[in-house]
Amino acid sequence: MSIEKLIFYGFAVILLFAATMVVTIRNPVKAALFLILAFFTSAGIWLILEAEFLALILVLVYVGAVMVLFLFVVMMLDIDLAPLQEGFTQYLPIGIVVAALITVEMIAVLGAAHFGLDIVAAPIPHPEGYSNTREIGLLLYTVYVYPFEIASVILTVAIVAAITLTLREKKSKSQNIAEQVKVRREDRVRLIKMDAVNKEEVD
Amino acid sequence: MNFEVPNMIFALPEMFMLGMACVILLTVAYLGEKGANIAYGLSQFTLIMTAFLIYRSFGEGGLTFDGTYIKDTFSDVLKLAITVINIAVLLYSTSYLKSRGLFKGEYYVLAIFSTLGMMIMVSANHFLTLYLGLELMSLCLYAMVAMHRDSKVATEAAMKYFILGAIASGMLLYGMSIIYGATGSLDLATIASAIQTGGLNDTVLSFGIVFLVIGIGFKLGAVPFHMWLPDVYHGAPTAVTLFLATAPKIAAFAMAIRILVDGLGDVHQHWQGMLIMLSVLSMIIGNVVAIAQTNLKRMLAYSTISHVGFMLLGVLSGSQEGYAAAMFYALVYSLMSLGAFGMIILMSRQGFEADNIDDYKGLSERNPWFALMMLILMFSMAGIPPLAGFYAKLTVIKAIVDINLMSVAIVAVLMSVIGAFYYLRIIKVMYFDKAEQNEPLEAPTDMCIMISINALTVLALGLFPGALLAICASVFF
Repeated sequence: MSIEKLIFYGFAVILLFAATMVVTIRNPVKAALFLILAFFTSAGIWLILEAEFLALILVLVYVGAVMVLFLFVVMMLDIDLAPLQEGFTQYLPIGIVVAALITVEMIAVLGAAHFGLDIVAAPIPHPEGYSNTREIGLLLYTVYVYPFEIASVILTVAIVAAITLTLREKKSKSQNIAEQVKVRREDRVRLIKMDAVNKEEVD
Repeated sequence: MNFEVPNMIFALPEMFMLGMACVILLTVAYLGEKGANIAYGLSQFTLIMTAFLIYRSFGEGGLTFDGTYIKDTFSDVLKLAITVINIAVLLYSTSYLKSRGLFKGEYYVLAIFSTLGMMIMVSANHFLTLYLGLELMSLCLYAMVAMHRDSKVATEAAMKYFILGAIASGMLLYGMSIIYGATGSLDLATIASAIQTGGLNDTVLSFGIVFLVIGIGFKLGAVPFHMWLPDVYHGAPTAVTLFLATAPKIAAFAMAIRILVDGLGDVHQHWQGMLIMLSVLSMIIGNVVAIAQTNLKRMLAYSTISHVGFMLLGVLSGSQEGYAAAMFYALVYSLMSLGAFGMIILMSRQGFEADNIDDYKGLSERNPWFALMMLILMFSMAGIPPLAGFYAKLTVIKAIVDINLMSVAIVAVLMSVIGAFYYLRIIKVMYFDKAEQNEPLEAPTDMCIMISINALTVLALGLFPGALLAICASVFF
């Protein structure tokens, strides 16, 4: 077994373990930390694939920015876990059956029989001095300029949507002096005439 | 590296819409609460101008942006339909939003961005643009459903919609990646030619197709991927339900055609069986469960599921006639659904949603004209001649009979008979039951005119279906 293969399997096993833990672990903070581990290991796999730029971006953006913010949110929110766990055991058997079925199918289809080296040739390693970043830059702003623009629109919409859903107009607490001076007795006090009632009747 | 400077003029409607969306966004940001009226006016202007731009360049076509964007008659017709329908949607929803304290500029910003997403989907010739358009559309829809933050049902609906939508997107992406693995391309034209050349692995292809069909089924709301639909339709504010029951269905139909026909048309035998299952189940469950509903929005949600089943009949036939029939069905369906949800908005007032079937008791006494319009819409949904819904059902069933799928055709006919029951119940309630409230119905003039145009268009399309049928046919031949 070559060293590359060894590293790949190492990363892959950790990735699968981390992903499983994200879903099954009870503590949300730990789940977020496992998600970070999953991102790290997939970045490692991307490095083996010679996608260095993307691997670094994954670490910088997801691990560095997104997940840290996510951790903040998880820590600040007081999430009641009990209702989330309800029905877990109830749905577990059918979930396991479906998951097992899909796994078997995926192994059958995605295994060496259909994607082996004799069918899909191994990629040729890039020559020395090949710059991943340069190639992505060249493609991103030429061939893929249209999808790139749409992606930026989606990010704009995400901001708009997030602000729309979270920003609540605050009721102003500042005093309006003109209003206060203008106020008359009739605006604030209302005198009601009532018949006298005996105490026993009230009780 | 070869790079062609893209022919941007093809994408003029999209670019105009994006520019105007940014203008509306800035207006709202500066004016705040006061900007809502201006945002509404600007949105209508944007939609009308976009429709005009599409109309002006109608029929010209070609690929641009290195094959990620396609402009053809199919995209022109559907984009025109989407913009025109959204003009009506915004018109209907304004009074509803105003009386519920939801009349905010953000609603219009999201609506315009969502329309942009639909147009991108319709014009996509590449898995990447298709997916990005879908996400742009869906993201806006999730936010719109959740906009009524004080309503618990709306929040719950938004949550369900968001999570199931994300799962659907995941399925779709996974399917796309498998197809990429099999054909080596994300470009629909390249995928089609790779399949035509042959030598591809059938197992891998059909494995990918399964996930693509699941994704499409989720977005259309076909059984067994329909669970979100009744809850979302019921929980969302009616104005938003109206928005997501009409134009997004056209966009989802376009996505199905782009992926299954433009990309995977030559492996038609792989996806036909799956679609037969989705379609038959949708027709049965949609129609049967709708009978038990007492809430009109829920009933219409199940009726949507059954209509999706009928529409898929046309797609699964795999013939040009079938695709044209499905396109006709999608257009007619969104027009009918526009009218039906528009009617709910018209009937509702502040603090009264008018979404129970009992609320329609004696409508013919309170306002005979509205009752007549509702009658036309319900008859059309049931598929009774001479209304548009009849021709829509007739053409899709004919397409199925042409490819000798007799048993499926029989199920379709039976289900449309069962479906007639709950549409006719609305008519019975309107005309033969005693009114519980006696005050006459009043509605803003623009809405009255719009609902009349809407229902009469359904009638006109039923009397003279030839023109629209010819347009739909010309797209695929």
